[in-house]
Amino acid sequence: MNNYKPIQLHLFGGLILLLLAWTSVSEASASDTAADIVVSPDGPVVSIQEAVNMARPGDHIRVEAGVYVESNIMIDKKLTLEGIGYPEIDGNLEGHILIIAADSVTVSGFFLKNSGRSHVRDYAGIYIDKAKDVVIENNRLDNIFFGIYLSATERGVIRGNEIRSYERRESSSGNGIHLWNVKDPKILDNKVEGQRDGIYLEFAKGAEISGNRSNNNNRYGLHFMFSDDSVYRGNTFNKNGAGVAVMYSKNVDMIDNIFENNWGTSSYGLLLKDINDSRITGNRFYRNTVGIDSEGSNRVIVHRNDFELNGWAVNIKSSSRENQFTENNFIENSFDVRTDSPRNPNHFEGNYWSHYEGYDLNRDGIGDVPYRPVRLFSIIIQRQPESLILLRSMFITLLDTAERIMPVLTPATLIDEKPKMERIR
Amino acid sequence: MEEDENIKKLNPVEMKLLTHIIKNEWKTLIRGKWVIGYGLIFLILTDTLLRFGGGGAEVLLSLSNVMLLFIPLVGMIYGILYIYQSREFVELLLTQPINRKTLFWGLFCGISTPLMAAFVVGAMLPLGWHGILAQDPGASVMVLALGGMLTLIFVALGFVLGLAFYEDRIKGFGFTIVIWLFMAILYDGLILMAIFTFGDYPLERFVIAATMLNPIDLARIMVLLEFDISALMGYTGAVFRQFFGTNSGILTASGMLVLWLAVPAWIGLRVFKKKDF
Repeated sequence: MNNYKPIQLHLFGGLILLLLAWTSVSEASASDTAADIVVSPDGPVVSIQEAVNMARPGDHIRVEAGVYVESNIMIDKKLTLEGIGYPEIDGNLEGHILIIAADSVTVSGFFLKNSGRSHVRDYAGIYIDKAKDVVIENNRLDNIFFGIYLSATERGVIRGNEIRSYERRESSSGNGIHLWNVKDPKILDNKVEGQRDGIYLEFAKGAEISGNRSNNNNRYGLHFMFSDDSVYRGNTFNKNGAGVAVMYSKNVDMIDNIFENNWGTSSYGLLLKDINDSRITGNRFYRNTVGIDSEGSNRVIVHRNDFELNGWAVNIKSSSRENQFTENNFIENSFDVRTDSPRNPNHFEGNYWSHYEGYDLNRDGIGDVPYRPVRLFSIIIQRQPESLILLRSMFITLLDTAERIMPVLTPATLIDEKPKMERIR
Repeated sequence: MEEDENIKKLNPVEMKLLTHIIKNEWKTLIRGKWVIGYGLIFLILTDTLLRFGGGGAEVLLSLSNVMLLFIPLVGMIYGILYIYQSREFVELLLTQPINRKTLFWGLFCGISTPLMAAFVVGAMLPLGWHGILAQDPGASVMVLALGGMLTLIFVALGFVLGLAFYEDRIKGFGFTIVIWLFMAILYDGLILMAIFTFGDYPLERFVIAATMLNPIDLARIMVLLEFDISALMGYTGAVFRQFFGTNSGILTASGMLVLWLAVPAWIGLRVFKKKDF
């Protein structure tokens, strides 16, 4: 019994020594906050990829300010990457910059620039592939092809990033935030400029898109397809080539957004194509060529929005049915409503129209004469577009007034029976 | 000889005379009070629109509608009326050793600037105290400037008509009304008719050229450029796009407006100089 005691002692002592040594080493590396690995241009670790390779799942990698020329950095385990003072990762115009292929990765505070460009591959600043719960926060992306690319992800948050590119051609620019086949993503408070589509969603389910600013993009500020049950709220879409397009989806909520200055022959504040059972409330449409353009969309409720100084506030094709426009403000739009059919399968009620000239004898705030939002001039323009130059001419006003009194050419049933006398606040 | 006199600049004595005539006209007009009434109309109108209408764009557009319709009429009537009413006074002045050119400019500026000022001040004050001027300065200044310019143009036209029909007042007033009706309403009807008649041909250039020939349409186009640009950009034609989408539209239109002031004023001056009163 006694003869193996020394061995036991040895083992015990060795263990204690090992433990001591290990704790002192880890104490040394974790001397400031909780970072596990520090990457700095002054070393010892000078490359992010190297740090990722060294790290174990759950580690925290802190990258100090400096320029790192690296591309296709593959993150294949659960890590937190934190930039201190916006370290710059220059992708050197080749491939992706960051690739995330693991769940629960967090990337924040980086300045990423110069991703690759390709006509075949969608190279991105941050490419996220089949990962869950990824958080991409407060990064700046500059001169990239695609910005943040989510493919087949679940949940995850993209918050407070700034994405900007300078390619003006639609065909050779990529999307700012691109989501394909994702579930429950949250896209919050980002700023996207100069991309092809600012925010692009295809086959996204349950997306929440809030507080983003998507301006000056070559095509759409937001391009939204086959994405049911989604919400977008409080975003601003300004001066995009073609405005915002929402297509082939149902149960979408569009709340408190601003659509402004989207000009052009095929430019819309909001294009609704095959959208069903959705709600558009509290939005502001300001100075767009067309405020809402509705094609094949049914049972959409358009309630309490402001349409101001648009070319055409609402262009509703007869393929759209049972949509309701209630309590909206239509203020000094060149044209309030345009439609392509003498019949009207939609409902307008209780809106404020600044062109309304009726009276309110019983003082209940509702005009006593119905309002006809489709002007004769709008039909004249459809036949002879050059006559647009006569807009706001006295002669045209007289023609419109005559038509309003005795409607012949304008749709007889497209009327607001209860136009409000004052602007709805 | 006469051409030389035209080109020759006014010497200091004549300059002094010019300002003297202008000052005198201002005094007479303000004593007459109805210029003040005219300004008050715009003041009350703009203020009422702002109290009941709401937003800045709405009010500026209503104001510009009123302006496009009435300023030409008032300006012309006022110009021609002045020529008829102050016949004795003008003829008296002509007996004095005063250069006719100086006298013409003195009378024209003395008449048109108070009227212009009445509109500009009358409309500007409510825009100022309701905060529209600060909130939307570009559009406000443009509407006010257009109103001012239209006043000058149509007073000049009124002068020309007055001088042309110096003896026949009924004819003069008749022409004034007809010209106003034509420019304000019928002209656009004719353009629309032309568009529908020749609809199969490319008409953009013709349509733009046609609107350039009518000062009321010119002013209207400038209002469109400010407030309806989003609708105008919805048009597919390249010529419109070039005209409205770049600065060329606003430059051409303002250039044509200046021309519309210069030509009638020059004609008026020529007639005035040669006329045997």
